[in-house]
Amino acid sequence: MNKTRPDPAPDLPDGLFAASRLSPSHMRGAGGEWRPGMGFRGAGDIFGQGREAAAAALALALAQEAPRDMGHAALNGAKAARVEAVDDRAFLWVQDRAAIRVGGRPYLPGLPDALRHRMIHVAARDAGDALFALEEGVRCRDLAFVIGEIAGNPRALDFTASRRLVLAAERHGVPLWLVRPDARRDLGAGRMRWEVSAAPSQPPRWNANAPGAARWHGELFRARGLRPGAWWITQDIAGQDHDRSQHERQPLRAAPAGAGDLAGAAGDRSLAAASARA
Amino acid sequence: MEGAGEDDAPVALITETAHGPRIAATNHAAERHGVRAGTMLADARAVCPQIAVHPADPAGDLAFLERLAVWAQRWGPWSALDPPDGVIVDITGAAHLFGGERRLIGDAAAILAARGLTARIAIAPTAGAAWALAHHGPAQAIVAPDDDMPARLSQLPVAALRLDDDVLLVLRRLGLKRLGDLHGVGRDALTRRFRVRRSATANPLLRYDQLLGTVPEPLLPVVGETAPMVQRRLMEPIRHLPLLEIVLSDLAEEMMRLLEGKGRGARRLELGCWRVNGEMVGRRLELAAATRDAAHVCRLFTEKLDGIDAGFGIEMVRLTASWAEPLDFNQADLDTAAQEHGTSLAACVDRLTTRLGADAVRRPVPRASHVPERCVRWQAPLAPQPAAQAEMAFHARPLKLLDRAEQIAVVYETPDGLPRRFRWRGELHEVARAEGPERIAPEWWRERSTVRLRDYYRIEDSAGRRYWLYRDGIAGDGRGGPPAWYLHGIYP
Repeated sequence: MNKTRPDPAPDLPDGLFAASRLSPSHMRGAGGEWRPGMGFRGAGDIFGQGREAAAAALALALAQEAPRDMGHAALNGAKAARVEAVDDRAFLWVQDRAAIRVGGRPYLPGLPDALRHRMIHVAARDAGDALFALEEGVRCRDLAFVIGEIAGNPRALDFTASRRLVLAAERHGVPLWLVRPDARRDLGAGRMRWEVSAAPSQPPRWNANAPGAARWHGELFRARGLRPGAWWITQDIAGQDHDRSQHERQPLRAAPAGAGDLAGAAGDRSLAAASARA
Repeated sequence: MEGAGEDDAPVALITETAHGPRIAATNHAAERHGVRAGTMLADARAVCPQIAVHPADPAGDLAFLERLAVWAQRWGPWSALDPPDGVIVDITGAAHLFGGERRLIGDAAAILAARGLTARIAIAPTAGAAWALAHHGPAQAIVAPDDDMPARLSQLPVAALRLDDDVLLVLRRLGLKRLGDLHGVGRDALTRRFRVRRSATANPLLRYDQLLGTVPEPLLPVVGETAPMVQRRLMEPIRHLPLLEIVLSDLAEEMMRLLEGKGRGARRLELGCWRVNGEMVGRRLELAAATRDAAHVCRLFTEKLDGIDAGFGIEMVRLTASWAEPLDFNQADLDTAAQEHGTSLAACVDRLTTRLGADAVRRPVPRASHVPERCVRWQAPLAPQPAAQAEMAFHARPLKLLDRAEQIAVVYETPDGLPRRFRWRGELHEVARAEGPERIAPEWWRERSTVRLRDYYRIEDSAGRRYWLYRDGIAGDGRGGPPAWYLHGIYP
């Protein structure tokens, strides 16, 4: 376990500790904090309630962190260096009709600045069409990542379909995050499976009565090479001297310092085991 | 067939007029007995007592003519109706597919005769000249572009100019009976005689110029260049999809070779299948970016072929690239590359739009409006993004916006205070924190005067869920009753 871990955020309740103690070293950011999106290949599922946007936001944050595929960089040769500087590839956001009805469509002014001009939206009729679009997207080398939203547990989205997507995503190196609003935890082949719900936000600096930067309660209930556990996921704002308007304008811009200043929730079973080990 | 079976006896079609039934059309047998179109039926009966009559069906005739015009595109990419009984086909650049114009005319005559149609066919550089030759010229006349048109057409009667009857009467009284006569008379005199006639059907000079092609006739489009076109005429009509796919892949490869020669790539492809029974079915394919990849095109078309009804068989298949764009020679074979390195974005978008429809795959771009649902426009994913002023970023906007704001029941500090709790989709939310209002006024230059202003609130409920609510109007603004509340967006 890595010894250099950041101090826990000052507002963490007692009994919490930095998540970095639990994660393998290849998923660390420069500061030693855990960045679950780093080093992630393939496809993951994020379960959440349809009346919240927490799952979709977490999917965006995780997907933004994924490293660029080296195979792709090598393929493009000289172009790679230029591309590496600023990732301007499009990303695909696929929703089926039920997901649009439940949670609405992504809203351009609300997207993070870095993603605002890059979205291609697919409104599929049903889960079957959405799965087709997801697979086509994952097989496309010009996409940065793919986000899917399929509401509920449709029959088309069984284990086989999920496995197909994961294999395609791993083979082509395009990360896929499948958001599952209002779905129960079914069988799935996702490499990381989260269940996320909204949590009371951090108090903003100036107006104590206003909602602050987003915070979510995420439970990683299945992962390859990682211990499952439950986490508070907060938006980490690089530099504390940002004024309010700037930090609220970029709600998901926290990527450089990690999509998570993550800490285990007290009392969770898997974490209790972890802390005993620590 | 002409002169066989029932057609051997005199037959006439009649229309009912105020003065009784009148002959609308006759066959040749009736004409030989002296019956003319336009006479009353009673007079015709006196001349030819054994004549058989049927009611005329002008609407049905027109519908048939329309189908015929579409079907006639087998000889050229463009056709037009010439009511009541004509079809104009633009065969520019298509004659070589049939082995020349002479063979094309022979082919058309044979196929029309096989369908039981009596046809008079002519080919000429202008639509007017072709019409004149078909109606008043020798059978199967051909005028080449480098022929001396005035000389070739000089012996045709002036009726070949498609003029109104009264104008023809005037010309006959003037002694101008043939097109050559018009050529001989001083043009100034004729211009004076018909100077008040603006309409083309009343002005012989205008018609004559159109006939010679010196004045454009708006009937025909200006065809700057011809669309690349490949086709297969099949020895045996095909009725099964796998065979059609084979033909299609042959055509696609041939088309891509043709396009490669021109240095272009296809943006829109049209597939036409001519059935044995004289019907034509078409499929159209639009591509997000110019391509010369035959396998890609085939795969996209295959998705669209499912609904094709082959009827008694398809005898001819044609592929036309009605929209092509310049494309440099840098594209490798997409299909094998796709296995290794994935597809390109354009190919991905093509596949998505082919299966899901063009409306399903879109990209949001900003639009100059401050109304939340109107400030985003959805456009085709690979279309260039329009220049837009950067939006003011004073306020946090939700990550997701509901397609239609949902009405909620809210307890709030009247008349215009913060919301306390609200019920949405059957669940009660206690508001823990709120920020607002952000007042968004209606766009008065675009909307009705009854549209109310909106006060938007950013709230967080006791469970930490963050929403964007608005109150529609204020109490006492004179635009309706007590204001209603809506939930419009969801924050992360």
